[in-house]
Amino acid sequence: MSTANPLRDPRDRRIPRVAGPCVLVLFGVTGDLSRKKLMPAVYDLANRGLLPPGFSLVGFARRDWEHEDFAQVTHDAVKEHARTPFNDTVWQQLAEGIRFVPGEFADDGAFDRLAQTVAQLDAERGTGGNYAFYLSVPPKFFPDVVAQLKRSGLSSPPAGPDGRRPWRRVVIEKPFGHDLASARQLNEIVNSVFGSDSVFRIDHYLGKETVQNILALRFANTMYEPIWNRGYVDHVQITMAEDIGIGGRAGYYDGIGAARDVIQNHLLQLMALTAMEEPVSFDAASLRAEKEKVLSAVRLPADLATGTARGQYAAGWQGGIEVPGFLDEEGIAPDSHTETYAAVKLGVDTRRWAGVPFYLRTGKRLPRRMSEIALLFQRAPHLPFNATDTKELGHNAMVIRVQPDEGVTVRFGSKVPGSAMEVRDVNMDFAYGESFTENSPEAYERLLLDVLIGDPPLFPRHQEVELSWEVLDPVEQFWAEHGKPDQYPAGSAGPPSAEALMARDGRAWRRL
Amino acid sequence: MTIDLTETTTSAIIDALRQARLRLGGVASGMVLTLVIVTDEGAQYDAVRAASGAGRQHPCRILVVIIRRPEHPSRLDAEIRVGETSPGETVLLRMYGPLGQHADSVVAPLLLPDTPVVTWWPGMVPPIPSQDPMGALAQRRITDAAAADSPRGALVKLAAGYQPGDTDLAWTRATPWRSLLAATMDQPSAAVTGGTVSAEAGNPTADLLAAWLSHGFGAEIGTEPSAGPGITEVSFTTDDGEILITRPDGRVAHLRRPGQPERRVALHRRDTTELLEEELRRLDPDDVYADVLEQLRRTQASTVAAP
Repeated sequence: MSTANPLRDPRDRRIPRVAGPCVLVLFGVTGDLSRKKLMPAVYDLANRGLLPPGFSLVGFARRDWEHEDFAQVTHDAVKEHARTPFNDTVWQQLAEGIRFVPGEFADDGAFDRLAQTVAQLDAERGTGGNYAFYLSVPPKFFPDVVAQLKRSGLSSPPAGPDGRRPWRRVVIEKPFGHDLASARQLNEIVNSVFGSDSVFRIDHYLGKETVQNILALRFANTMYEPIWNRGYVDHVQITMAEDIGIGGRAGYYDGIGAARDVIQNHLLQLMALTAMEEPVSFDAASLRAEKEKVLSAVRLPADLATGTARGQYAAGWQGGIEVPGFLDEEGIAPDSHTETYAAVKLGVDTRRWAGVPFYLRTGKRLPRRMSEIALLFQRAPHLPFNATDTKELGHNAMVIRVQPDEGVTVRFGSKVPGSAMEVRDVNMDFAYGESFTENSPEAYERLLLDVLIGDPPLFPRHQEVELSWEVLDPVEQFWAEHGKPDQYPAGSAGPPSAEALMARDGRAWRRL
Repeated sequence: MTIDLTETTTSAIIDALRQARLRLGGVASGMVLTLVIVTDEGAQYDAVRAASGAGRQHPCRILVVIIRRPEHPSRLDAEIRVGETSPGETVLLRMYGPLGQHADSVVAPLLLPDTPVVTWWPGMVPPIPSQDPMGALAQRRITDAAAADSPRGALVKLAAGYQPGDTDLAWTRATPWRSLLAATMDQPSAAVTGGTVSAEAGNPTADLLAAWLSHGFGAEIGTEPSAGPGITEVSFTTDDGEILITRPDGRVAHLRRPGQPERRVALHRRDTTELLEEELRRLDPDDVYADVLEQLRRTQASTVAAP
């Protein structure tokens, strides 16, 4: 038996990475995420030829469905949400491998049927005993599901006839707990059955092209690294703004809030990628080592009252529509202290970043949907112009736009045409959509493929999750003990306390 | 909008392009490459359509070089299309008379600065692409052996004149097959000792695929004629038995290997737009293609030399 594949040549960039034979088992197929993101991503991967022959998709839910019903649900979700055009041949191939197992998480029989179903797929479609379990269900069900996977023997593969052991992987979504203690507990539950190399935590932000481009921008170029430090950077602003309210997520959102929902995972991950040192290589271990180093160096402001801000959106007009306030949303207690806007000023105690504040903010019902990382550079120490000439000159800035219009903007001063020497800020722009003859895949496509291939660099490890909670827990505790969130009108840029946080440092948030 | 310029010059074309852009409210900075298409009046419609499709998501400047009536006096006619089928710019350049021998002098000033240049010959294969005046302007030269009278002969000639940056659409057509075959061989199997690629006669993609497999396995993989369409079957002989992939209908492939259930996978034939999209994705030299061409040249030489 030869093991190296003679048809794989690292120089051959035309042949894509294709997952090996496997089954994807989806728990929680009735959720929004499944229909809008996961099922379309599976189809898009199939359409791009990145799924193996025989690939099968098994749905598990508390529904009285036949295989065909689930296939129909998947079909409709794909038609509506897939990124690539619908191709009937591709769909037929995919549909042949779609199965459904009805049942409850507490029902032993249902999991036995699941085990039979995947074993049958191995026999019929040659999926090789490799299973990925995607837990798209609330974390309170994790203990049940994980225990059932163990009981039914699904989590521990028997060695095959050739001595090779098929793989088992489990995929979980945020929230990874709601504080350090619960994150540890959750991790123990999952780790009791699956080894830490088999656990894939999805933070879909890390699947975005722009986020991965931070690494390319910083470490493949020479012109940015010399200025990527306290000698040139005045401060950094990391923003994730949403224009929507909580919608139907009251049950999830109340008691969680903006900081746990967004800052703990997305924003701290973006901050880690921005602030970390160069990894020795781009394998998962080296990348995580650098991220963990920088996360462990994050320092909270000494006074949390002035170094943080939080708010709740009040009734107002957002994008031309009159919308209710957070406390009036269905399912939210009128005295809820859950914040829908959170801002925090963080320091990074390293030689590179000492004294450079990182301002993180996120909120709902803000003027528009936007995520970005902005490095604001120091002003020139001396300007050989008249003060009036440079009145309109701001900070030089480098803005990495995560969404929308993924790309990078550089902002610098330029002479205004005319006889006077007047300097004003201008933009230099790189847009992903315009610069490549290749479309960006959806984040979930990339991440699902990485799970099926078993490529872990883009998935946070539990150490990173715990470090993030260590940053956030004191803030949450302080907030719980002191007062309540400020109100801000829906459609505005956030509460006055957030403006004040910046104003105290002589700075201002970038306009949303 | 479409602008017709008759008996014109390159500077007038550049002016017209700039004016058109200004009127449409944009600048030409978002364009990622210049695609030069060398074709004739009969084939230009399909070629421009395919190129516009490939450039739909990603604006590029498409320069179509059409040589007409060498016996006429020199004349340059230009047809400029901006903001129509694709977000980029398309300029059809019709060259009459002796000017046709100096097409590069027309094309060179129209190339976008700071971006790559790709030349594509949709209907013919120049003897040595890199030495063709249009090829010399480009870092990527796309030929199509399937359009030649003798596709296999064209490949052998391309092999002899190969320079880094050359590529051929017959090779691009092989990618889905190669991807499937590589994925198939990701599973451990006994060493491949031989095999066959079956395809309709005169299919250069089958020749390249067989050469690639021979090169990879270090075993002889031959070609067999079949009724088509395109490539219909690839089989490998191993000590454990035969690995067989058939695609009788040009849409779905059936994969059989010893001791495993038959598996099916969508493997459709792609149109020219999709082929161009793949070609434009990477503009660095394709070393694997170079190896495969060389392998093909050696096999052909030994076949001819054999009695």
